[in-house]
Amino acid sequence: MIAIVDYGAGNLNSVKNAFDYLGAEVVVTAQPEQVATADKIVLPGVGHFSAMGGLDNTGLRDVVLQGARAGKPFLGICLGMQWLFEGSDEAPELAGAGIFAGRCRPFPSSVKSPHVGWNSLAVREGSRLLRNVASESFVYYTHSFQAPVVAATTAASEYGTQFSAAVEQDNIFGVQFHPEKSWTVGLLILKNFCEVH
Amino acid sequence: MLTKRIIACLDVDDGRVVKGVQFLNLRDAGDPAECAAAHARDGADEIVLLDITATSNKRQTMLGVVSRTARGLFIPFTVGGGIRELSDAEAVFDAGADKIAINSAAVKDSRLIGKIAARFGSQAVVVSIDARRVNGGFEVFVAGGRIPTGRDALQWAREAAACGAGEIMLTSMDRDGTKSGFDCELVQMVADAVSIPVIASGGAGSARDFIEVFQSGRADAALAASIFHFGIENIAQLKRELHAAHVPVRWPC
Repeated sequence: MIAIVDYGAGNLNSVKNAFDYLGAEVVVTAQPEQVATADKIVLPGVGHFSAMGGLDNTGLRDVVLQGARAGKPFLGICLGMQWLFEGSDEAPELAGAGIFAGRCRPFPSSVKSPHVGWNSLAVREGSRLLRNVASESFVYYTHSFQAPVVAATTAASEYGTQFSAAVEQDNIFGVQFHPEKSWTVGLLILKNFCEVH
Repeated sequence: MLTKRIIACLDVDDGRVVKGVQFLNLRDAGDPAECAAAHARDGADEIVLLDITATSNKRQTMLGVVSRTARGLFIPFTVGGGIRELSDAEAVFDAGADKIAINSAAVKDSRLIGKIAARFGSQAVVVSIDARRVNGGFEVFVAGGRIPTGRDALQWAREAAACGAGEIMLTSMDRDGTKSGFDCELVQMVADAVSIPVIASGGAGSARDFIEVFQSGRADAALAASIFHFGIENIAQLKRELHAAHVPVRWPC
């Protein structure tokens, strides 16, 4: 069972819809117990980084982190990926999980923000999440802050600067783009997540 | 590289697509879910479903359509038409939309933009602006283009962005339905004035029109309702032409 964590931010239908399409057993839940007993955890998120505060207020933060530390496959999407870093300048008072070093920052002023639309991926070899995803594949983004390229970065995109499109370390995965809205490329990535053990 | 988006718009009346589908080779040409899926397969980057149902008592039909369309659509999906308050937006999001488009209701009370953005994020709020050339400027019209507001389109676009809109969908009423090309002057003016993406709409007649609105109009995306009505076989063909003209597009998909 895959638990999609509902901490009160935004619309989780699309993510569930994509997993349903792939035939995955999936539940959208705000119950810490249900997250604790799930085999895999998906942490979605759109909008403002302050929404991640919903995790702290609901007691979900600890159970999500425990699951991730215990080796459960974990996928953070958009803000859910940003949360894996130390924090974001968008809501400096909120601590991220700190699994990856660095903070999320705004795009340089040379480009329009938010970054909305389909951008290409420069994929690094060896990623389990991005297995069979060709470099230069297009994925859909909508975000105003970006995570730095770090050792765990498995794909980068370019928009005024190079930023982390995907990160991966053991059982922890994150994507800045929206796989549930990235057509066949996105479905392949979610399928890969379903098949990770 | 960030690409320019091609958005297919389906006008829906009482649960049926009412234009832009004559050339689609579909079993049921008027079904929004099938049309949306066909456009996605053809290379559309995004789908907009616009409810043009005149009577409000048919909202339930629309929510069913949104839900059926969303289920098999793995590209961004925007729904507009008849959204007057937060609860209308909530119902449309619950049915599966990724973004909502608001027009008249936002002009009436711009706080609606912020209310929806606070709940669902700015990325989910598209403010749709219908503008017409009046006395050397561009005036905002509402109620499907029937009522002039006396407001300047550029100022309204800036205000909408400041209120928390994630994108501006800008329709030239002068060009809408004419197939004489987008109003690049209008698009460029607004695109340069706001930091959020601008979707150009109204007037698409050829691949050349799309190339122009991306290059000289500086649009971030371009939308067409009757995209199959102007001699371009389909979106795939349009994207090949854009690609050949060095406009960055998601191609091959």
